[in-house]
Formats: sequence, structure tokens, C-alpha cells
Amino acid sequence: MTGAGYMELLKLVAPESIMVLTVLGVLAADLWGLRGEELPFRRSMGAIISCSGCAGAIGWMLVAPQQANFAEGILVVDPLTQLVKVALLVLTVCAILITVDTDFTPHTGEYFALILLAAVGMMFLVSSEDILMIFISLELTSLSLYILTAFNKRQAKSAEAALKYFLFGGMAAAFTLFGLSLLYGFSGSTSLGGIADAIKGPRLDPLLVAAIVMTLIGFGFKVAAVPFHLWAPDVYEGAPAPSAAFIASGSKVAGLVVLAKVVMIGFKGAEGSAAWHGYLPGWVPVLAVLAGASMVVGNLAAIAQTSVRRLLAYSAIAHAGYMLLGVLGHDGQSLAALIYYVITYALTTLGAFGVVAVVQERVGGDRLSDFAGLSRRAPFLSFCMLVFMLSLAGIPPLAGFFGKFYVFAAALNSDPKNLGLLWLVIVALGMSAVSLYYYLRVLKQIYVAEPAADAIPVRASVLSRVVLALLSLAVVVLGCAPNLLIDKLVQAIRLAGF
Amino acid sequence: MLAWTLYISLLGVAVLMLLPRGAARPARMVALLTAVVGFVIALAGCLTLDPGKLNTITRVPWIPSLGIEYHLAADGVSLTLVLLTGIAAVAGILFSWNIEHRAKEFFAFYLALIAGVYGVFLSFDLFLLFVFYELAIIPKYFIIAIWGSTRKEYGAMKLALYSFVGSAMVLIGLIAAYVVAGAKTMSLVELAHFAFPQSFAMWAFPLVFVGFGILAGLWPFHTWAPTGHVAAPTGASMLLAGVVMKLGAYGCLRVAMTVLPHGMDPWGFKLLGFGSWRDVLSLLAVVGIVYGAMVALVQKDFKFVIGYSSVSHMGFVLLGLLTLNEVGLSGAVLQMFSHGVIAGLLFGVVGRMVYDRTHTRDLGILEGMNLNKAIPFAAVTFTIGSMASMGLPGFSGFVAELQVLIGAWQAFPMLAVVAGLGIVVGAAYTLRVLQKAFRSRCRGVGTDFNAGTDRGADFDRSRPGDWTLSAAPAGSDCAELRLAAV
Repeated sequence: MTGAGYMELLKLVAPESIMVLTVLGVLAADLWGLRGEELPFRRSMGAIISCSGCAGAIGWMLVAPQQANFAEGILVVDPLTQLVKVALLVLTVCAILITVDTDFTPHTGEYFALILLAAVGMMFLVSSEDILMIFISLELTSLSLYILTAFNKRQAKSAEAALKYFLFGGMAAAFTLFGLSLLYGFSGSTSLGGIADAIKGPRLDPLLVAAIVMTLIGFGFKVAAVPFHLWAPDVYEGAPAPSAAFIASGSKVAGLVVLAKVVMIGFKGAEGSAAWHGYLPGWVPVLAVLAGASMVVGNLAAIAQTSVRRLLAYSAIAHAGYMLLGVLGHDGQSLAALIYYVITYALTTLGAFGVVAVVQERVGGDRLSDFAGLSRRAPFLSFCMLVFMLSLAGIPPLAGFFGKFYVFAAALNSDPKNLGLLWLVIVALGMSAVSLYYYLRVLKQIYVAEPAADAIPVRASVLSRVVLALLSLAVVVLGCAPNLLIDKLVQAIRLAGF
Repeated sequence: MLAWTLYISLLGVAVLMLLPRGAARPARMVALLTAVVGFVIALAGCLTLDPGKLNTITRVPWIPSLGIEYHLAADGVSLTLVLLTGIAAVAGILFSWNIEHRAKEFFAFYLALIAGVYGVFLSFDLFLLFVFYELAIIPKYFIIAIWGSTRKEYGAMKLALYSFVGSAMVLIGLIAAYVVAGAKTMSLVELAHFAFPQSFAMWAFPLVFVGFGILAGLWPFHTWAPTGHVAAPTGASMLLAGVVMKLGAYGCLRVAMTVLPHGMDPWGFKLLGFGSWRDVLSLLAVVGIVYGAMVALVQKDFKFVIGYSSVSHMGFVLLGLLTLNEVGLSGAVLQMFSHGVIAGLLFGVVGRMVYDRTHTRDLGILEGMNLNKAIPFAAVTFTIGSMASMGLPGFSGFVAELQVLIGAWQAFPMLAVVAGLGIVVGAAYTLRVLQKAFRSRCRGVGTDFNAGTDRGADFDRSRPGDWTLSAAPAGSDCAELRLAAV
């Protein structure tokens, strides 16, 4: 490779480079500059450095939008990947800001560094169309998230959750790697486009079937789809709140976008069909089964939960099912719907975790009963939670409703003649009626139940309030005026050539 | 201008949310002011707009990439129901005047519900209509669960889930219709002109009709209605029975029957004597009429009687819609208005005048109280309301139910006879409850009020002007209608 090639590459990865430099900056500042300072001060300084790094990366992408495909998909930079990266960085910033108010670790520098590293992994993940790069970024993300889960050393639950996450994750990574190596052996290429060229043909090779299934297992784990979801409830419950929030939001966005890219570009020609009477083998029926199972299991299991975090975990599993419905449509419109859904979902769930984090910090637990009468103890927090819960349940005019509508319409519209995916849409809507029950259970505790006699007002810091206010505002605005995001998405997807 | 009914209600919600906590009085005043302004706007709209055509109020693109518009408009049916909403909103807030516990939140939820209802009646884009339709579900839940009585949390959750399941069914049908029509528009006017394939209409029509029908108390999905109405606080019962049930019937007419009319075509074969979905659904409506009336006949709880009577009366609305002839349809819409006012009046009397003072709704206990003497105003208003409810000539209920029956006679003669039977049972339960609650002298003539109570009812006469005032709007509407009917 020539010098000019490296210069070009360096320009393309400028946002990621800024992030990596920020990681080093945070570590260095914490190690040398802030060692002797008070913990809250160190946390604030670390957060300021990390956030400015993220802001720099966002600014770079907004100021200098690029379009390039480096070395056959090793690195693809276009408006679509940049939009998703900006969304990921916004989520990262919110997760970092939530961290400022929590007090679970003295190692603040390392914590911020790991969040940023995970974000770098996610950024590479969504901007690569090469299985080698995808796997490396996947591992960078996952390893950072394992450590983030275990970061609360005072609690055994945190370590237990991390161990479960790690063991499941390691297994899933093994499957992914096996699947990817089969794909390479089958096609002789590591780029998704090259793999798609090798697949073209009316019949599916058994080797290819094995490769597809194994790859999907790995990504199914990443997005917490049933039956690879078992880690999610423990991690969401045991991890420190900001880590859980970041896993629920950022990791979900990156996982789904890369899954959609792999199947839509890499497995092009091996779609098959999941229509009710028109079953054809391919990746669509596999994902359709995962989607249906996730919706049913996630929603039904959430009913029985008494911990709000576990409830959010099962709700996340159910939402993974709805999101997979967006992948199943495999056309540009479905991709737009999917990305709209994951971004708004991530903002919502991040906000919900933010509220849970504050309540847990002040009240001491995340049982449903800890939320009793919250509306009288913290009206503002309660209102934010109302917005987040109703958006998750899909009540208009919040973003969650439009996301569902758009995903379902796009899934049906991929086959307007036969409405082949109608059965799955029916399952999804039926299950979303179930989901209203458990979201209302949370809201019932907050608004209907009386607070304990000795309950004191719950006070959130100004920073938390501002973050939560902005997140709920985003949920409302994106629900009332979805075209703000959709117009950009549709345009970016057209440019990306879907 | 009519769109301001909606905006003013949302504005009211915003103002209420900004009020300081604690004081109930300012909250009431804001709510009342909002509702009155809404009512005045609705009335002005009814007087100025031509009910014979579609009056577009606002039509701007909302989500252009999906062809979704922000389209508010009104025709004769919407105008009638918007006016009904205005009346019910004012009356309901006056009947909620005694709410002290978390009053600010109560009125905020109440106005949000009203905003949703106005929105549904004015939307002519299906997406927009659905947004308002679901927007109305959540406030209902909180109003009942926080301020309700008898098994309030159960009733509230049941109502919310039934409504949500119904709206999920509707949403399936709407999305499918949107996709089949080319995914370019959600406009009610344009979809109504689109020729949907027969096979599609055949499954989508019953899905959407039943989905909306759940909220209209369609038998056998009506069970949320009595429990919900009984659990709700008085003002909310009035609104739920008076207006919210009409949302369902309105959806059946406006969405299911307008967009998918071919779903009502004959199947081409007979199954158990049914030849089309229309036959099946009208049978369900008639079963609702008779079943609701029979169950109302044996209730011990005063409010349950009114709750089941609502199911019965809403059966007439659905039957009228399904006759598909002019008499039947106009009867159905008149019945919506008439039942809206009557149910509001009856729930108001039962909840605010009787229950708040006697602290019981058990007809067995009320029987001994000689309420006719104790609260004569309540007795008079209830008698007027129940005469209208029975469908006595001279009252709005008579005109509406007669039209429905004439229409049904042309369309389904057999069912019309059975529905007529339902009216007879209706007269029976109404007279029974009237007699038990107000006219009974079985425990000795002239017993004074306190002697007859066995639950130590403390009779609250402290502010008589309070309810006299608030009963006036509902009562006068009834009188107005009676005049109109004569």
C-alpha cells in the first residue's frame, strides 16, 4: 500500500482515531493529573474529556461527510454509516453522563476508557463490510462490555453477570468464527460482496446452510434474540446501571445494524421466504423463527418479573424480535424502518435505565415496590419514566409507536401481493398488547400505589435531570415528527445503494 | 376553527401540568374553563359548518415519505359527536368537582382523554385517527386506577387491555390495508375509493370491525364495560359510557365500513344460516341488546345496572350501523348521541348524587332509604333519564331506537323482533331499578331517611347547591333533545 493510501485511510478513520486518542487521554489524565483528587471531581473530569472526544468525533463527521469504500469493504464510509455512528456516539455520551452521578468504582479513568473503546468497536462494526473486520470489531466491543459488566467489584452479582455474559459470549463468538470461516472457505473472499457473488444460485449448498446458521447464532447472541438471550436478564440486573444502559442501547444498535448488513449484503441470493404458505429455505425463515420466539418468550417472561431491570431485559428481548422483523423485509425501506426503530428504542431504554439508576442510587433497589408512589416523591423522574414506558409499549404519539408502525408496514410491504409476513406481524401486535400489561405494572407502582409512610423525596442531580429531559424530549419529538430522522435515513440508504 | 377543540384541551393539559401541586381549586377552574371553551367551539362549529358535506379544517403533509397527512375534517356525523363530547366534557368536570385527592393530575388526565376523543372524531387520516384512538387509552387507565372505587385496579387494567387488544386488531387491518393499497396514502377519503380485493376485505373487515367493536361493547367482548364503568369515578363513568364507547362505534362506521365495504358482501355460501359477516355481526349486536338487558335485570349494584344497560344500548348502535340503510344508519348515529347524554345523566345521578351521599350502591339497602323524599331532585332527574333510556315516546331514545328497529326490520326481520324484545326487557330493568332505588316504601311509609339505613349512611346535605348546579347541563340537554324529538 502506498503512502497516499495510508493518508486516505487515516482520513476515513478520523472519528475513530479521535476516540482512541481520547481513550489514551482519559487514562493519562486519571493516572497522572487526577490521582490525588476527590473521586467526584475525577469522575467529572473524566466525563468531560470523554464527552469532548465524542463531540469531536461527531463534529468531524458532521463537518466533513465522506463517501468511500476502502479496500473492497474493509472500511465503508457513507452517510448511512456516519448517521449510525453519530447515533452511537450520542448514546455513548448519554451513558457517560449517567455515570457521573453513580458511585460504584474508584477506577473512573479505566471505566470511561472502556466505554469509549466499546464505542470504537461499535463504530468499526457498523462501517465494515468485511467479515474479518467485523469479527475483530465484534470482539473489541464484546470484551470491553464484559469488563464493564464486572466493574462493580463490591457486588458479587456484577461478577456473576459478567461471567455468564463472558461464557455465553465466548461460545457465541466461537460459533460466529466457525460460520465466518466456512463462508470464507465457500467463497474464497472475506468481503460481504464477494460472499454474495459466490452464493448466487438457485440451490443452497449444505455447507452454506451450516455457515449461515452458525453466523446467525453469533449475531443472535449479540442482539439477545431467543434462544440466545439467557445472558441478558442477569447482565441487565447485575451490571452497574450505566454499563447496563450502554449494553441495552449502544450494543443493540450496533448488533442489529451489522446483522442487517451481513444478511442483506453478504447473504444476498440466499433469502428464502418465511411466507405462511410459501416457505423457502434461506436466512429469512431462520430469522423469522428467532423473531417470533423472541417476541413470545420476551413478553411473556417479562410479566413475571419483580425487578425493573430484569423487566427491561425481557422487554429488550421482545424488542429484539420486533427489530428482526425489520431485517426480514430486506429492502431499503425495511432498513430505514429498522434503523429508526433501533435508534429510538436505544434512546428510550437508555432513559429508562437512567431513571432506574437514580432510583436505585437513592432508594437502594430496583424492585417494583421501590418505585411505589414515585410520582409523589419525584414528579419529574416519574413523568420521564411515563414517557419511556409508554414509548416502549408503543403508545402514540411517542417514538416507539411510529417505530413499530414503520417496521410492520415495511415488513408487509416487502411482499405487498401476498402479505407473506402477515403471520409474524399478527404475532408481534398480539404480543405488544401483552407488553402493555407489564409496562403498566411499572407505571401503576409509580402513579397509583401510595408511597411508604417514611418515604422521602427522591432527588436527582441537575445533570441527570437534564439528560433525562433531553431523552424524553427526543422520544416525544421523534414520535410527533418522525420525518426529521426518516428523511435523512431514506436519503442515506438510497446513497448507500440498498 | 373546530380543530381548536382539540388544541384547547391539550393546552389545558399543559397548563394543569405547570400548576403548583396541592391546590385543587385552580385545577378545577382551568379544567372547567377548557371544557367550556371546547364546548362553545364545538357548538359554534355545529352551527356554522354544513353537516351535509366534508368540511376540511386542516390538511398538511405530516410524514411525506409514507404519505401520511395531518388531516382534520368534519362531516355531519363528526359534528354531532364532537358536540356530544363537548357536552359530556363540561358535565363530567362539573360532576368531578368534589375531587380533592391529586386534583391537578385528575383533570390533566381527564383533559388528555377528551383531547384524544375530539381528535378521533375529527381525523380523516387513518394514521392520525389511530394515534388519537390509542392516546385515549392511557388516561382512562390512570383515572380509574387512581380515583376509582370497587375493584378499581382490576377494572382499570381490564379496560386498558381490552382497548389495547382491540386497537392491535385494528392496527393489523390498517397496516395491511395501507400496504395493499400501495403504501402511498392513509387518507380515509382516498382509501374509501380504493378497490380492495374481495379476498382481502373478507378477512380485514371483521378484524377491524371487531377491533373497534370491543370499545363499543360488542358482545361477547363487552365485559370490560360494566366493570370499568363501575370502577371509574363518576365524571369518568359519564365520559366512558357517554363518549368513549362511541369511539368504537364511530370507528366501525368510519373505518371498517367505509374503507372495507366489500367485507360485508355475501360469502357465497351459508354456514349455520349465516351468509356474510354482516349477518354474524348483527346477530352479535342483537345478542348484546338482549343479554345486556337481561343481566341488568338481576344486578344488585345500582351502577352495574347502568353499566349493563350501556352494553344493551350500544347494541342498538351496532345493529343500526349494520342495517346499511338510511333509516338504520341515522338511527344509529342518533342513538350514539342520545345514549351519550342519557348514560351521562344516569351515571351522574347514581355516582354523585346517590353514592356520594348514601355511600352504598346496593339496591337492597337503597330500597329502604326512601330516596324519593330525601333527594327529590335526584329522583326527578333519574326518572327523566330512565324514561328516555326506556325509549318512551317524546324522548330521544325512542326516536333513535325506533329508527334502528325500522331499519333492522328492512334488513333482518327476525333480528328486529328479538331486538324489540330487548326493549321490553329494557323497560323492565329500568322500572325495577327506579322502583327499588327511589320509589320503594316497603319498610314503612314515611320512615325518615336515617331510620332506613343499616350501614350508617351519613347523608351529606351540606352543599346542596353543588349538585343541583352540576346536574343542570345534563338535565337540560335531555330536555332539549326531548323537545327536538317531539
